[in-house]
Amino acid sequence: MATISLTVNKKTYKIEAEDDTPLLWALRENLGLTGTKYGCGVAQCGSCTVLVNGVATRSCVMPAKSFGDAEIITIEGLAENGGEALQDAWIEHDTPQCGYCQAGQIMSAAGLLKANPNPTDKEIDQAMNGNICRCGSYVRIKAAIKTAIKNGGVS
Amino acid sequence: MKKVNLSRRGFLKATGLAGSGLVLGFHWTGCTPDGTPAEIAKVVLEPNAYIKILSDGMVTLMSPVPEIGQGIKTAIPMIVAEELDVSWDQVKVEQAPLAPDLYIRQAAGGSQAIRQLWTSVRTAGAAGRRMLMEAAAREWQVPMEELTTNEGVIHHEKSNQSVTYGDIATKAADIEVPEEVELKDPKDFKIIGTSPKNVDVYDIVKGNPLFGMDMKKEGAVIAMITHPPAFGMRPKSVDDSAARAIPGIKDVFTITAFPADIDTPWTGNNAFPELVVVTGENTWNVMKAKKALKIEWETVTPGENTADHISKMEEQINAPLTEPDRIDGDPDAAFKKADKIIERTYSAPFLPHNTMEPMNFYANVTGDKVEFEGPTQTPQRLRDTTAKIFGIPEENIKVNMLRAGGGFGRRLYGHYGVEAAQISKKIGAPVKLIYTREDDMTQGTYRPDYRVKYKAGIDAEGNLIALTVIGTGTSGGPVVPNRFPAGAVDNYAAKNYSLDSNITTGAWRAPRSNFIAGAEQSFLDEVAEACGKDPMDFRLELFERSKTDPVGEKNDYDPDRFITLLKMTKEKCDWDNVPSGVSRGLSAYYCHNSYIAQIVDVEMRDGKPMLQKAWCGVDCGIVINKDGAINQVEGGILDGIGHAMYGNITFNNGVIDQQNFDKYRLIRFEEAPEAIETFFVDNGIDPTGLGEPAMPPIPGALANALYRATGKRLYHQPYIFELEDKDIDLG
Ligand code: FES
Ligand code: FES
Repeated sequence: MATISLTVNKKTYKIEAEDDTPLLWALRENLGLTGTKYGCGVAQCGSCTVLVNGVATRSCVMPAKSFGDAEIITIEGLAENGGEALQDAWIEHDTPQCGYCQAGQIMSAAGLLKANPNPTDKEIDQAMNGNICRCGSYVRIKAAIKTAIKNGGVS
Repeated sequence: MKKVNLSRRGFLKATGLAGSGLVLGFHWTGCTPDGTPAEIAKVVLEPNAYIKILSDGMVTLMSPVPEIGQGIKTAIPMIVAEELDVSWDQVKVEQAPLAPDLYIRQAAGGSQAIRQLWTSVRTAGAAGRRMLMEAAAREWQVPMEELTTNEGVIHHEKSNQSVTYGDIATKAADIEVPEEVELKDPKDFKIIGTSPKNVDVYDIVKGNPLFGMDMKKEGAVIAMITHPPAFGMRPKSVDDSAARAIPGIKDVFTITAFPADIDTPWTGNNAFPELVVVTGENTWNVMKAKKALKIEWETVTPGENTADHISKMEEQINAPLTEPDRIDGDPDAAFKKADKIIERTYSAPFLPHNTMEPMNFYANVTGDKVEFEGPTQTPQRLRDTTAKIFGIPEENIKVNMLRAGGGFGRRLYGHYGVEAAQISKKIGAPVKLIYTREDDMTQGTYRPDYRVKYKAGIDAEGNLIALTVIGTGTSGGPVVPNRFPAGAVDNYAAKNYSLDSNITTGAWRAPRSNFIAGAEQSFLDEVAEACGKDPMDFRLELFERSKTDPVGEKNDYDPDRFITLLKMTKEKCDWDNVPSGVSRGLSAYYCHNSYIAQIVDVEMRDGKPMLQKAWCGVDCGIVINKDGAINQVEGGILDGIGHAMYGNITFNNGVIDQQNFDKYRLIRFEEAPEAIETFFVDNGIDPTGLGEPAMPPIPGALANALYRATGKRLYHQPYIFELEDKDIDLG
C-alpha cells in the first residue's frame, strides 16, 4: 500500500492503493469516477482514455503513482474544462448506441482538438483509430467532431 | 382507427393493463451527481404498468425491455406516449425491473421487441388516455365523446374547459380499466416517426454511471473467475498460495455453477460449469491474484483445431446431396441440361461477441432470496435457471436490468449471473462478478464457424434453372431452406448439416443470416454475371418470378416488398450511373421480419480499396424512432463490414489464439465508409425490428463491390486475407 497523490478535474486527492494500481482503477474505485471505462486493460481499445496535461492518454496500463502532479481530466470533468461543445455535439448527433465506449471516444476527440483545433479528415482518422466502438458509431463520431469544431471546439 | 377489446380473456394481464389505481407515495425523478434525489414529484395515478402520471405535469413511462444499445428504451415509451397523447418533452423514462406479471416478453433478442409489443404498448397508452378522459367527463358532466386531448391536456370545446393529465389524475383513481380502446390512425402520429434522442444520451456523454461495471453496491466484494485455458478441460487442483498473498484478497475457491443433473438451456449454455474464483476488495488486486493462481487442468474431451473443423466441414458439404431439407423440381436433371454450372464454397470463422462492456453481474443471495442487477438480454431465463438450481420459488428472485454496454446475443446466455449467485451464496455476501477482456473473449458463446457450397445451373439463354445450397456449421448449419432464392428457381434444393463440437456456440447478431446472407448474395452476383445480366435486374427478375409464379409451397418472404425496396434503392443510388472510378456492389436480404437492400461503393486509392459510401434501403414497416433506426442501420453496416473483413477466432487444441484486442481485429475508425445513407419504405405496415436485419447483407455488397474494384471474388472470411493474398490464418 502506498499513498498516491492525484490531481483530477482540478482537485487534488490522496488515495491508498497498491503501487502498481493503474490510473484507471484508481479513478474508478478509489475516486468513484466510473465514467472512464475498462475495455481491454492492454491499451488497445481506448475506452479508458483521459486527458493528462491535455494529451489523450490510456489510463489502463500506467500506474496511478507515475502521474505525479500532472493534471488529469476525466469525462466527468470535461464540461467544466472546455469540453462542453464537444459533448453537446455528441448529443446533437445522438452518437451513442450502447454508449460504453463513448467517454473514451470523447476524451480522444478532446485531446485531438486541444492540440489541433482544425484537423483534416486524415488527422481525425489517426487520432480516433485507437478507440474501438463495437457498436459501429464511427460515422456519427466523425460528424460530431466536425460539429464541435464549428461550435468552438475544445478550450 | 383501430379498436382493441380489452375484455378478451387474458389480454389485461398479458399487456400489463390490470391493476390501475391511486398510488400514494413518492417517486424519484432525478438525481444530482452525488446521488441524492434532485426533486420529488408525486405519482398521482398509475393507470397501468407502463404509465405513471405525476403531479408536476410530467409522466414517467416504464421501459420493460432490456436496453443493449438497440434504442428500445427510447422506442417503447415513444409508442406509449403517442397513444397516451402527451408531448415527448413531458416524458421521463425508467427501466422496469423483471416483472412477468406486468409485462410481456422482457427480452432483447431476435429483433422482436417492437414487433411483439407494438399492439400491447399502444393499448396501454390508449387505455391511460381513455381513463383520464373518463375522469374529466365525469368531473364536467359532459359526454366523453366530446372530449379531445393534446399534449397531456384534455379539452371540452363546447364548455371551453381544459384540464391537464396531472390535475385530473387525482380524480381518476376509481375509474375502471376500459373494456375497449381506440388506437390512433397512423396518419395522426405525432411522436412515432420523429427522432427524439436516446433517453440516456446525456448521462452517457457526461460519464454518469449507467452500466453494471459502474455500480457500487453496499458491502459487495469483487469476484473474478478463471476458466480452463482450453475447451474440453476442467480444473483439477489449485495452488492459491501466491494469489492469497496479494493484499486485499479475501478468498480463492472452486465452484460448480451448473450442476450436471439440472437442465439449464440458454443460461447454462457454457462449456465451463466448474470455475476457480478469486474474491477481494478491489478489481486490480483480484486481477493480479488471478494471474498468480497455479492451476492444474485436466482434459475431459479433446481440444479442437480450426484446421480439423474446416476439413470435416468440407467433407460434409461435398458429400452427394441426400435427404434435402427442401427440394423443388429436379436439380440433378436440370444440372445435366445446363449450359453452364457454377459451384462455389464460402466460409466464415468463429466470432466472439466482444461487447465493449465485458460480462459482469451483481448478485446477493440471502437465505432463499436472490437479488440480481446487471446487463442481461434475458432476465426471465436467469430467474428460471436460478430458481431451478437453488430450488427456490421464482418470486424470491429479483432482477434489475441495467443498460448493457452491447449485447449482440452474448447476453442471452446469462451464465455469468448464475456464477455471481453461486459465489454470493458460497461467501454469504453480495458479489460483483467481473470478467476481464480475456475471460470475455475466451469464455464465449461464439458465432459458429460456417461453410456452405452453392451450385447453379444456367441454360443457354442465360436463365438460372437450378440452384442447390449445402451448408454446415458448429452445432448447427447456416442454411434457411425456405428463404429466397427458394420460390424463384424451378429446381432447388437446400440442406443443412451440423458439426458436433465441445466449443460453445450461440446466437450472434442475426444468427445464421450473419453468414449465409453474404454468401448467397455474393454467389448470386457471380451467377448474374454468368447469365450476362445486371445484378439489380437479375434479382428483380427472380423476385418477379417468385411473385407471379412461385415455386414450392412455403416461401418465407414477400417478393412484393423486396421488389418495392429494390426499385427504391435503385433510384436512390442512381444505380445506372455509377460515378467514374467507383465500383459498386449490391446485396439484399430478409430476416427477422425486415427487408434490407444495401449498396457499397468502393474507390481504389493508391492501389488500396477505400469504402466510399454505403446505401441502405429498409422496409421494417412503420418506423418508430427514425434517427434511432438509422443509428441501428449504421451500426449493422459497420458490424457486418468489420467482421466480414477482419473478424477471426481460431482454435489450437481447444485454445483460442486471439484473447484480446491486440490479436483480435475489430473495425477501426478509418476503416468505416465515409458516408452512409439510409432510407425507408413508407408502407404503414405494422413495425418490425432493426437490431439485426441491417447486418447480414452487407458482407455481400462489400464482396461484390470489391470484386468490381479488384477483379477478385471473395469467398472466405475474413476477406482481408484473400484480399491481401495471405494464407488464411488458422492460428
Ligand atoms: S481499457 Fe485501456 S485501452 Fe482498453
Ligand atoms: S456505442 Fe457501444 S461500443 Fe461504442
